Amino acid sequence: MSLILLIEQILNGLQFGIMLFLMAAGLTLIFGVMGLINLAHGSLYMIGAFCAAAVAGATGSFLLGLIAALAGAAIAGALVELVVIRRLYTKDHLDQVLATFALILIFSEGTRWLFGSFPLFLDIPDALSGPVTLPGGIEYPLYRLTLIIVGLLVAAGLFLLISRTRLGIQIRAGENDREMIAALGVDIAKLYTIVFALGAALAGLAGALVGAIQSVQVGMGEPVLILAFVVIVIGGIGSIKGALIGAILVGLTDTLGGIFLPELMKLFFSPATATSIGSSIASMSIYILMAAVLVLRPTGLFGARA
Amino acid sequence: MTRETLFNSAALAALALVPLWAHFSGEPFTVTLATRAVILALAAVGLHIALGLGGLVSLGHAVFFGIGGYAMGILAHHAQTYTPLMEWPFVIEGTKSMPVIWLVAVVLSSVVAYFIGLLSLRTSGVYFIMITLAFGQMFFFFAISWSAYGGEDGLSIYVRNGFPGVNTLVPIQFYALCFVILAAVMFFAARLQRSPFGLALNAARQVPDRVETVGLNPMRLRLVAFVLSGAITGLAGALFADLNRFVSPTMFSWQMSGELIIFIILGGLGRLYGPVVGAVVFVALEHILGDLSDYWHIYLGVLLLGVVLFARGGIIGMLLGREVAHD
Repeated sequence: MSLILLIEQILNGLQFGIMLFLMAAGLTLIFGVMGLINLAHGSLYMIGAFCAAAVAGATGSFLLGLIAALAGAAIAGALVELVVIRRLYTKDHLDQVLATFALILIFSEGTRWLFGSFPLFLDIPDALSGPVTLPGGIEYPLYRLTLIIVGLLVAAGLFLLISRTRLGIQIRAGENDREMIAALGVDIAKLYTIVFALGAALAGLAGALVGAIQSVQVGMGEPVLILAFVVIVIGGIGSIKGALIGAILVGLTDTLGGIFLPELMKLFFSPATATSIGSSIASMSIYILMAAVLVLRPTGLFGARA
Repeated sequence: MTRETLFNSAALAALALVPLWAHFSGEPFTVTLATRAVILALAAVGLHIALGLGGLVSLGHAVFFGIGGYAMGILAHHAQTYTPLMEWPFVIEGTKSMPVIWLVAVVLSSVVAYFIGLLSLRTSGVYFIMITLAFGQMFFFFAISWSAYGGEDGLSIYVRNGFPGVNTLVPIQFYALCFVILAAVMFFAARLQRSPFGLALNAARQVPDRVETVGLNPMRLRLVAFVLSGAITGLAGALFADLNRFVSPTMFSWQMSGELIIFIILGGLGRLYGPVVGAVVFVALEHILGDLSDYWHIYLGVLLLGVVLFARGGIIGMLLGREVAHD
């Protein structure tokens, strides 16, 4: 087990975690401000990826594809909020789970109807393909490195947005006391639509960026959605900081566990048994992490509300 | 209440008579479809004890469904390959006998439900939904990587397991077996709902503080409900695997957990017949819409949205009004 491999895997875990953060940030904002469990967030991720693949395929420009992903997911998010989601804020979590589960069915089948069952492909732009040499002589794919940087920039932008701008103040106030800020003259319905569209745009961006590494297909959103839920539950629902730390924790656990647990098991078992036991524990590792966090801190690492 | 009793009796009579009619008019497929509906209804009745009575929104009940399924799959697999399940410290053989399989399924799912409940019930609200989901995913990924029992491909069983005095290979006889179990479990659940335990559980859902004040432990009530609920869903899992003669990790998937919740909401939350009506209607819709269009999930989604937004009492609530208060 060389140091170079270790650093490569840490970077992979970081990249995975940062992409999860883009999904989780939207989810946690939506839950924090509106108190809504949105299972359909994975569908917005899928919509972003499909918009990017369709536009990039038609125009040949990856950048236009990204813009289409952001716009497409934000528009889809705003529409869904206006038509369905805003009727769910006053309902209990059970109804929210069911209604957004229904939205998943509608979005997934709708996309399958439009684009068919075969995966689409989104190519990495030429300028970002190929490896780059990092200090220490480590070769790492430039595109994955770009994802880490873009993700960190978005995270920084989101922190600034929340802590420095007028919209951010309204969002934070909305988390604490929605009646009060409505009484102070803030159009709460519009604020909710904006927050939902913002979350959707982040999910769409993540879908488009990841779509270039994996294939773009129906159902791509649900595995990521579950992981994003794991992230926000570990971090504490409603906390952006928690989402960032939770996302990196989950990304690293998943990537490093898959590589090192089988190796670790080889110390105790024969190679064949070690590989099978190690990989089954690895695939369960993030859920074990989540259960452990919840048992020790029932509201997550940075969660305040019960 | 009389209208409700009438409706319930009619529903039960339909469940008994329609497959019988299908059998005599030579439509074994309808009988199989009805068996599927009855088994899924049984699983949802299990969830109803946790969700409807206890207010525990578990998005991980597929764990128990899957454990039941794998209990059947593993025991029957060893029986059909004539290999012992375990040789040390004592020999355990596989079996093709349903009563033994059911017992194993119920005991295993109760034990797992006890431990999952012990850990999960420390949390509440969304965190409870998510931690049960996490346990579901743990089992799902474990089953996928468990290559000794088929891994991702699952396990096939060649011949349906046997029950003394019943030829389970005949669809209508297997249906009768499942129907009797469902009826027995519903009778038990109805008694449970009216028992001191059921009343205390109901109270613990609505006003936990008061229940605690009168000296009952809401946590223990919920844990018992969760274990009972898991045991029933586990039994349903064993039957479901026997119906398909196949087990796979999809029995553990979170969509499965979601479907069980759908049955309850679709039929009517808080009513014992809710999960039954929900499961039957769902299976019927799946069949009818599936024939009409490849994209039938869209219609299902729209229908579910309609139920959540406009018909809070589900199908029974729409037909009979909200006689059972539930918040």
